[in-house]
Amino acid sequence: MCLAVPGKVVSIEASKAVVDILGNRRTVDVTLVNAGVGDWVLVHAGIAIQVLDQDQAAASVAAYKDLMDTIGMG
Amino acid sequence: MEEKRIRLAHGDGGWATHQLIHQVFQPLLDNPGLRLAEDSTVLSLPGPGRLAMTTDTFVVQPAFFPGGDLGRLAVCGTVNDLAVSGARPLWLTAGFVIEEGYLLEDLEQLVESMAKAAREANVWIVAADTKVVGRGQIDGCFINTAGVGLVTPGRAMGSHAIRPGQVILVSGGIAEHGVAVLSARAGLDFETPVVSDAAPLTALIDALLAAAPGTACMRDPTRGGLATALADLAALSGCDFLVEEEAIPMQPGVVGACEMLGIDPLFLACEGRVLVFCPEEQADAALAAMRSRPEGAGAQVIGRVTGEGGRAFLRTAAGGTRRLEMLQGENLPRIC
Amino acid sequence: MANALMPAGSSEALQTYVKRIRQRAESGGRPLRFMEFCGTHTTAISRSGLRSVLEGAVELVAGPGCPVCVTSDWEIDRMLAYCDVPNVILTSYGDLIRVPGSQSSLAERRAEGIDVRVVYSPLDAVNMAAQEPDRPVIFLGVGFETTAPATALAIADANRRGLTNFYVHSAHKATEPAIRTLLGQGGVRLDGLLCPGHVSTVIGADAFAFIPGEFGIPAAVGGFEPLEILVALDYLVEAARGMRPVGLFNGYTRWVRPEGNQQALALLRETFEPCDSPWRGLGVIPASGMGLRPAYRRFDAAAAFPADVPQPKPRRGCRCGDVLRGQLTPHQCPLFGKACTPSRPYGPCMVSSEGACAAFYRYSRDAAPTEV
Repeated sequence: MCLAVPGKVVSIEASKAVVDILGNRRTVDVTLVNAGVGDWVLVHAGIAIQVLDQDQAAASVAAYKDLMDTIGMG
Repeated sequence: MEEKRIRLAHGDGGWATHQLIHQVFQPLLDNPGLRLAEDSTVLSLPGPGRLAMTTDTFVVQPAFFPGGDLGRLAVCGTVNDLAVSGARPLWLTAGFVIEEGYLLEDLEQLVESMAKAAREANVWIVAADTKVVGRGQIDGCFINTAGVGLVTPGRAMGSHAIRPGQVILVSGGIAEHGVAVLSARAGLDFETPVVSDAAPLTALIDALLAAAPGTACMRDPTRGGLATALADLAALSGCDFLVEEEAIPMQPGVVGACEMLGIDPLFLACEGRVLVFCPEEQADAALAAMRSRPEGAGAQVIGRVTGEGGRAFLRTAAGGTRRLEMLQGENLPRIC
Repeated sequence: MANALMPAGSSEALQTYVKRIRQRAESGGRPLRFMEFCGTHTTAISRSGLRSVLEGAVELVAGPGCPVCVTSDWEIDRMLAYCDVPNVILTSYGDLIRVPGSQSSLAERRAEGIDVRVVYSPLDAVNMAAQEPDRPVIFLGVGFETTAPATALAIADANRRGLTNFYVHSAHKATEPAIRTLLGQGGVRLDGLLCPGHVSTVIGADAFAFIPGEFGIPAAVGGFEPLEILVALDYLVEAARGMRPVGLFNGYTRWVRPEGNQQALALLRETFEPCDSPWRGLGVIPASGMGLRPAYRRFDAAAAFPADVPQPKPRRGCRCGDVLRGQLTPHQCPLFGKACTPSRPYGPCMVSSEGACAAFYRYSRDAAPTEV
């Protein structure tokens, strides 16, 4: 029920970050996440609600690739 | 229809605008020219030759946005409505309604943009008018332009010429103007790499028609976006269209902005793009001709006319089919 | 949006995967029925054609996860009553603008001259309040746990800046009580639940453990790309068919932690307290709404601008409640596509872009174009 979009943190000043969403830049409130420059955050209604778990992201990418390869071959 | 008041949606170029036209303007003003309902009206002169005429009023807020301004839009919009009807745009008129207190330098900027766009499009603005209204009576500056062009003899394009088997093309990335304007709107406040695509299409269309003279129909997808243009043409032509979502050109910046705001790019305006219907055997030539020009570098084949029906469909990237209809209600940012 | 961080999967592979899931589902007799709680999932599933491809083997039922759709008529009327506050600036998410109350909508009131403004974030509404200190600025807060933190941050921001003209009407709702009510009511037989992906980022995947734990059916947290949805459905099918243990599966681990976002949850607890809330289709659910805590009363629009809003008569013929409960598919509503369409919506399920009816209308009304 919620449109949220991933964006990359470009700069941070106190509780506000400039986030890049496919080239678009918006100021996003990052009070509720521990994000650093270069992190990916999930943006909803002008705030960051979560930081990307890089390890899980890598694992997911690998798992999905495996799955698709298996199915492609099956 | 029980509506008593005009709503913002009535001006969005989509379904509500159409209802208003059919409910008020068409029946009351009725005449053979107005009934044609295309981008421009083509009129016979006594003697040989045909004229095309069109008018449009430009009220975009904000007046200045990445890649352009209201002035540029006012010229390009009318020029393009003539060009997609197969006419050579020649002369424009311009009417200004300006709010008391408007900055003179802003007005000068708008008019300079009009002059520049007119030079690009090779048209003259031959008559103009100005009115000033009290502070608060309108927002800034509104510009109406009317345009006249000469229709090349033998050209009979329009929705009536769309046929099953034809190929559908678009001359470049969609929704760029819409996103550029949104980014400058107060309250939305984001920086975008996307700039308005507002530009005169005359040269592009000349190249296209030289390479693909069998082109049946063209339209510039402005208010209401690509989806509204497709739905409207499908209904007018009585044909079914199938467009492939993956084939529609879109800049990443457009995708990102629309994802962030929850807005569907298919309903955002383009101001420098042309939608083309041409015979299958001329599609390659049409594509090459458009791509040979900078403003057509992103041209793509996006679909085809599949049969009879009067409906436009989109095949989604994930394999579903979606019926495209005219914009219904405003295109608003959403959270869910 | 195909996330740059994960592969979308080729069309052929996706189609093969769907077939495999379908085969497993068909192995057990009557079709399986799963509910997707989240409106964004409903739209994603409709848009990808998954609903029709799985038909007959897996029935995907839309649930009450569209915040606008579950906001009751009375609550809409209550929010519209703020239009009568002198000189008000009424700010709202775009989703609410066209939703009809019993008499009117924000769009119609705006056409009559009320200053209604769409905002992308409640923080923008706070800026408006700072820019126009002589006018009351009211923000209409709808949404679940994904969205309520933004409202809470807006209040904190207004507080910090010492603004005295910023107010919030909280119609925020909590997810768990609604799921409990739905599963407890037993009106719809469900074999599994597709849990909302973004609510989970805030409340945590573990917040859904009660579904297998107390109701004995599998739950899967899913992302929004077709592949991610399929992976979640794959789990639900296998668990429902006894091929793996019934439990909770997190298919969106890159954004959803087991514990969610603790900072956000702490802020929610500090700003809001549970209150009884009326849900369209589910009735009044105790402790399912988020009301502003007494410490923030001065930001409470309902306290600052009380209004006596009568209970509206039920909308005749409208079946949104049944659709939200999963007891009726949009197609089964007698008004669907006739008296109720996106251009002339009768009920909120058709107005909201994520309402089940709007999603079904857009994606499955006419199957395909005619081919010559």
